[in-house]
Amino acid sequence: MALLQMQRIYIYALNKDRKQILDFLQGQGVVEVRTMLKEDSIFHKTDFTAKKHEVEINIETAKEALDILNVHLDEKQSLLSMLNGRKEIPFEVYQCFHEEYQSIVNIAKRIIKLEKMIAENKAEILKLQTQIEILKPWLKLDIPLDFKGTKHTSGFIGAFPKPWTLEEIYEKKALYMPLDVEIVSSTKEQTCIFVMCTNENRDKVFEKLRDLDFSLPSISIDKSPAEEYNLLEHGVEEAQTEINNAIEEIKSYDKDREKLLFLTDYDTMRIDKYEAMGNLLQSKNVFILTGFIPKKDGETVKNLLTSKFELAVELTEPKKKDEVPILYKNNGFSEPLEDIVSSYSPPGKGEMDPTMVMSLFYYALFGLMLSDAGYGFVLALICSIGLIKFGKTIKRPLKNTLKMYLYCGIATMFWGVLFSSYFGDIFDVVGQTFFGATKLPVIPPVWFFPVEKPMLMLSFSMLIGVIHLLAGLAMNGYQMAKRKDYKGIIYDVVFWYVLLISCVILLLSLEMVQNILNIYVNLPEFVVDICSILAVVSAVGIILTNGRESKNPFKRILKGLYALYGISGYLSDVLSYSRLLALGLATGVIGSVINQMAAMTAGGPLGPFIFTIIVIFGHALNLAINFLGAYVHTNRLQYVEFFGKFYEGGGKLFKPFGVNTKYYKIKESRNYGDN
Amino acid sequence: MEIINDYGIVLALLGAVLVALVPGMASAKAVSMGGVAGAGIITENPSLFGKVLILQLLPGTQGIYGLLIAFITLSQIGVLGGSGDISFVKGILYLAACMPMIIVGYTSCIRQSKASIASMGVVAKKPDQFGKAMIFPAMVETYAILALLISLLAVNGVGGINI
Repeated sequence: MALLQMQRIYIYALNKDRKQILDFLQGQGVVEVRTMLKEDSIFHKTDFTAKKHEVEINIETAKEALDILNVHLDEKQSLLSMLNGRKEIPFEVYQCFHEEYQSIVNIAKRIIKLEKMIAENKAEILKLQTQIEILKPWLKLDIPLDFKGTKHTSGFIGAFPKPWTLEEIYEKKALYMPLDVEIVSSTKEQTCIFVMCTNENRDKVFEKLRDLDFSLPSISIDKSPAEEYNLLEHGVEEAQTEINNAIEEIKSYDKDREKLLFLTDYDTMRIDKYEAMGNLLQSKNVFILTGFIPKKDGETVKNLLTSKFELAVELTEPKKKDEVPILYKNNGFSEPLEDIVSSYSPPGKGEMDPTMVMSLFYYALFGLMLSDAGYGFVLALICSIGLIKFGKTIKRPLKNTLKMYLYCGIATMFWGVLFSSYFGDIFDVVGQTFFGATKLPVIPPVWFFPVEKPMLMLSFSMLIGVIHLLAGLAMNGYQMAKRKDYKGIIYDVVFWYVLLISCVILLLSLEMVQNILNIYVNLPEFVVDICSILAVVSAVGIILTNGRESKNPFKRILKGLYALYGISGYLSDVLSYSRLLALGLATGVIGSVINQMAAMTAGGPLGPFIFTIIVIFGHALNLAINFLGAYVHTNRLQYVEFFGKFYEGGGKLFKPFGVNTKYYKIKESRNYGDN
Repeated sequence: MEIINDYGIVLALLGAVLVALVPGMASAKAVSMGGVAGAGIITENPSLFGKVLILQLLPGTQGIYGLLIAFITLSQIGVLGGSGDISFVKGILYLAACMPMIIVGYTSCIRQSKASIASMGVVAKKPDQFGKAMIFPAMVETYAILALLISLLAVNGVGGINI
């Protein structure tokens, strides 16, 4: 339940050591660089945006090249590959990389260029093929398509839109003899012809042809169609070879894939470095780096720095107005839930880390909603296999998620055994259908069947709700105690505690409520009396004090009354926990439905086989849906009901200047966030 | 009266059928609305698939709640084996008990889908705000859960009444 303490760090060093110092700090990964000093006439910030942009372009180029490689090499990225984690490489590789940097960038550029060539050639092939299609009807013609005639004759090459026979054409042209007509090709759509006539008849023949919808060919070439056809075919072949060559060349760059991946990592690190450098204050020979460092690392880093370089390091406590970055520190049980807290909002200024307290409830609530020992077992099993197999290589967020669901699965098993839910009622159904069991249930619940006693389950859910809410209120008190606001504790926490608890007791003493909930408690008369008095006193206390920030007494009372009205909010909050019952029942009942459906098919020789398939698929689906429901609604109960009582958030997570690589892990580098 | 009592089971079954049908229909519509919006996001940023899928599925639960009530009703009125001896009044009571889930299941589902789609917009622009975005549609679901609760208790309770 804690956050790591932060310190301000100031490093004053010489410009000549700048690169080494930054490399060292990046490898350490413990300093978040922030500007804390103002620019003056000597010290200035330098703008590195242009350089950063250049590096960003290189990253994009490398990524594009990698995508192209993946397309041509059918590289399959399985879901499991994310579990493989990052390869470790020694620091020297990183240091020497700048020597081959440019050549790798050139390879990436070359790959992109080749891909562009492939696209261009593909377009070229398409174009050539269209021309070939147009040319095909004219292949039999052995003169150029743009043939206009000889000295004394005129020739027309063109097409009619319909099939024609030679006789029909001669019939139409009988007037203009001498005339030669040749049908080059004839299909349903068109008839391609070659007409030759004497020069004096030219215009008349052409006119007549026009009347018959004669049209000139859409391409004009000075070679015979067959020659042209060969040329085009050749062109297609050439383009195809070029494509093949380009693909081959791209494939040959597969050996550089690792280097391209490393290039993106290397440049990501460089971008981080430029960002840090943009925050430095520099004079001609000296630079100043300012930022935050966890207190426990402060001295170590200071000693390391002073032993290696010529510089001065200063560590001071953060100032009051500082927005100190947040770094969690929790034990293994609560740590997995840090991400859940962060996705609401990291703790704000002066707030405590709620992860520890939340973890006590989180797993329990999740388990109650899923509430099936079988499902819990499956969940825990999957997570433990993942953790054992990939625990060493995967990044911390993923590892935490697996851990979280492992604990959630264990909690689910716990509740499942209490309520005797094992894949719905699989033991009963299997026992009945296949073994003729008569004693039901086969495994009696340790506590009770929620389906049989829903009201008991509802009361239990609400009881958990009340405890959860009171814990939230207690956290509020704890925070006030830390701020030394002791009056606030009495006004905002103790009064509410008294009011809420006495109201619950009073409600339980009502016969109507007892009948609804089926809980019969015999409270002595004086307890009820005391509770009524306490409730009234605390209610009055709330009215008088909860509007205390207003000076005006009238306004203060009104605000107090409004605060007391907040008790209706508590009512709805408690009712909101009825989802524990609803979601828990949903899992169990749907599980039973699946089992019953499976049991219906269990007769016959193939029965057990079909039964197994239905059970496996049905329960997988049920688990998936209810897992989602449990996750969403556990988060909701934490965020809305629990956090609503004390937690605001608004902090910023600690983002150290470090090695944020994706594919490779550089040895001897540390980083908060993904050890 | 005797003849009328024969129709008790009809009304009870009507309730069970409607409670599976109406919220199921609404869930199908709501999930498809989410799918249409989600598919658009995936074309831009395929890595958001997991988050968008969760948001899409959120309004799918009403159909399951409906199925749950339908199943409990069916087993209570003896359609799934047992005697189907339901008086007319009891039949009406079963039908009434299913009503919260039928109506709230339908309306909350469509509303939740709208909140889900809006949250998808949040996730598309700020993937790290998923935790908050998820809560908005989950707030709508509360009322479906409350309806489920009442339907559940009512169906269970009606079984114990001797009319």
